[in-house]
Amino acid sequence: MFPIRQARFLAPEIKLFKIEAPRIARRRQAGQFVIVRIHEHGERIPLTIADSDVDQGTITIVVQGIGKTTKLLNMLETGDAIQDVVGPLGEPSEVDQFGTVVVIGGGVGTAIAFPTAVAMKQAGNRVLSIIGAKSKELLILEDEMRATSDELFIMTDDGSAGTHGFVTQKLEDLIQQGEQIDRVLAIGPIPMMQAVANVTRPHNIKTIVSLNPIMVDGTGMCGGCRVTVGSQTRFACVDGPEFDAHDVDFKILAQRNTLYHSSEQTAFESFVSDPSKDIDQIRHCRLQQRHPEVGPQAS
Amino acid sequence: MTERLPPKERTKIPRQAMPEQDPHERAHNFAEVNRGLEILVAEKEAQRCLACNDPKCVHGCPVGVKIREFVDLVIEGEYLKAAAKIREDNVLPAVTGRVCPQENQCEGSCILGKRFSPLAIGHLERFVADYEQATGQVGLPERAPATGKKVAIVGSGPAGLSCAGDLVLKGHDVTVFEALHEIGGVLVYGIPEFRLPKEIVRNEVDNLRKMGVDFQTNVVIGKTVTIDELFDEEGYDAVFIATGAGLPKFMNLPGEHLGGVYSANEFLTRVNLMKAYDPDHYDSPIYYCRDRNVAVIGGGNTAMDSIRSALRLGAKNAYIIYRRGEEEMPARREEVHHARDEGVQFLNLHNPVEFLGNDDGYLTAVKLIKMELGPEDESGRRSPIPIESSEFDLPLDVAIIAIGTGANPLVQSTTPDVKTNKWGYIVADDQTLRTTKRGVFAGGDIVSGSATVILAMGAGRTAARSIHEYLTTGEW
Repeated sequence: MFPIRQARFLAPEIKLFKIEAPRIARRRQAGQFVIVRIHEHGERIPLTIADSDVDQGTITIVVQGIGKTTKLLNMLETGDAIQDVVGPLGEPSEVDQFGTVVVIGGGVGTAIAFPTAVAMKQAGNRVLSIIGAKSKELLILEDEMRATSDELFIMTDDGSAGTHGFVTQKLEDLIQQGEQIDRVLAIGPIPMMQAVANVTRPHNIKTIVSLNPIMVDGTGMCGGCRVTVGSQTRFACVDGPEFDAHDVDFKILAQRNTLYHSSEQTAFESFVSDPSKDIDQIRHCRLQQRHPEVGPQAS
Repeated sequence: MTERLPPKERTKIPRQAMPEQDPHERAHNFAEVNRGLEILVAEKEAQRCLACNDPKCVHGCPVGVKIREFVDLVIEGEYLKAAAKIREDNVLPAVTGRVCPQENQCEGSCILGKRFSPLAIGHLERFVADYEQATGQVGLPERAPATGKKVAIVGSGPAGLSCAGDLVLKGHDVTVFEALHEIGGVLVYGIPEFRLPKEIVRNEVDNLRKMGVDFQTNVVIGKTVTIDELFDEEGYDAVFIATGAGLPKFMNLPGEHLGGVYSANEFLTRVNLMKAYDPDHYDSPIYYCRDRNVAVIGGGNTAMDSIRSALRLGAKNAYIIYRRGEEEMPARREEVHHARDEGVQFLNLHNPVEFLGNDDGYLTAVKLIKMELGPEDESGRRSPIPIESSEFDLPLDVAIIAIGTGANPLVQSTTPDVKTNKWGYIVADDQTLRTTKRGVFAGGDIVSGSATVILAMGAGRTAARSIHEYLTTGEW
């Protein structure tokens, strides 16, 4: 079991966890991920490591509750524990002194981009960050990103914070202003990453994206996370998760991510109508007390 | 205690049949196909043993189980002692009694088989192990006094477990590291419940725990901890790499990315390890097979396991697509027969050339080409040759590719002084299983390429002997 040392919401449905995992904390590098299984009957899901603390022996993950597993995970609190955490998996981000690096984080992708932004800054790059969200309340890690960036730009879909518009508009502005950009790292929803790739392609700016396909083992064993990159089949878990955005087939990626949509939907609906079965699995009675709103009492 | 019958009487007893679950019934459930022998039947079968002075069966066993001695103990009704006798050489009797290809090994060497049917050694081994589990008792061999030496074993499949069992009996401190969340490697993610119930594997693992083996799940050696860190920071004296051949091979055909196209590894892992066949209790999904057309490409045991799993998930049509003929199939005969009895359709001498899908990215059909057999190739089998203009489309919702696996590079990539060959398998000495790095041994599929559970267990035993020698003498 992996104890949760800290759990707090950063925004509605977006929660930060510090999990005790000393071996992973010691070895992890920016860009790597863990696979998490909440309880004995749960599924294995990949989550990028946002930060780590070697002295405390903890890793930080940021989770957006969108399906059954992530919603259940986000019901866990400080003092609870997660059944399985394995990592650090995947190849670390390629970090070097490139010159000027633009780091783009969309939604919860900001948490995934954050460690690489830190590493890029430490490597001596000029880091320009663009973070975007639907609205002000969904913006995360603004202070952390500001601290590690030479400049930070905020974009919201509704204009409730920063500039009204998409992250790609700011990126285009920077390019139009004659900013000499040596590298772009974009992490967020698939349409956002694809849009960024389309912006940088004509300017020949090397652009890296971190992909989030469905995984099982995370060690190259199942091939479920295969993505098409430059017409080659690559495994995101061991060859990635970061790839050259200009070579990624985003359409196939998006299609493969919907494979289990109907079973996910069924599982989600049955979970929301009665989460007690899953809460029983975690065997933390305190949880039920803290969330009396989530349906019938667990036995 | 039962007396042995005179030799002539022994050969009059026919080989006792293994009771099976009815094919029509079992095709729709994940319960075990073979039901196991009853006590009286097992005793009767054991009486068939000719008690050879130089038992050929023992030579035929990759781990050298003292078959004659354990069969004697069965005749005497000493089932727990029989189990302990097997465990001296084989720490997973309940597993090997189920999945070993006995027909090529012990039973293939049995003298009885020359004129009659061979002794049902596998069934007797299973009987003894099941007796233990049914009665909650276990026959464990004695453990030698502690040596104070620490051994790390990378991978908890058959090779790792077998090595762990032998080393712990010799008094060493043994830790097995497993990347997944459950112990057993291919025994839990690969071989399906209906052939090897996971409860059986868990019990055998618990027996190893009782013998003193320490297990750590969720540790990916090469990622979470490196081999060098095991030596330098965690104080291990020797390491055995038994990571298996777990990298799935794809065919690089157009349309392989389509939804519904799986590697056998992924399909079986979802079904077995993640229990996707039980969606009411487990969260991992699997692409719907119910009332749909499912095909497996390949003719090995993994292919049979995959298609029989698909059938149990409700497939309307379940096909095996194999480019050679049934004679050339690498799967065990028993598995092929079981599959056919359950309703699997065999498209032998067929090969896929393309996967076809719809606009949403889901598989709808596979384009097949018919094959004929040409001259023998380097494997000694007649090589398949496509028949021109024989292509046709077979409507398909799920395709499972079971054409073999390769070496997973995770450990080797962070341990450059462990040499690998051009296919990525670890180079190890045939006799000692020593790698090119001092203190590091390797065996099982990560050295040999894909083989069987028992061959991997044999490698685990060899490694244990060799590691024990190294730890005792300190000589490399």
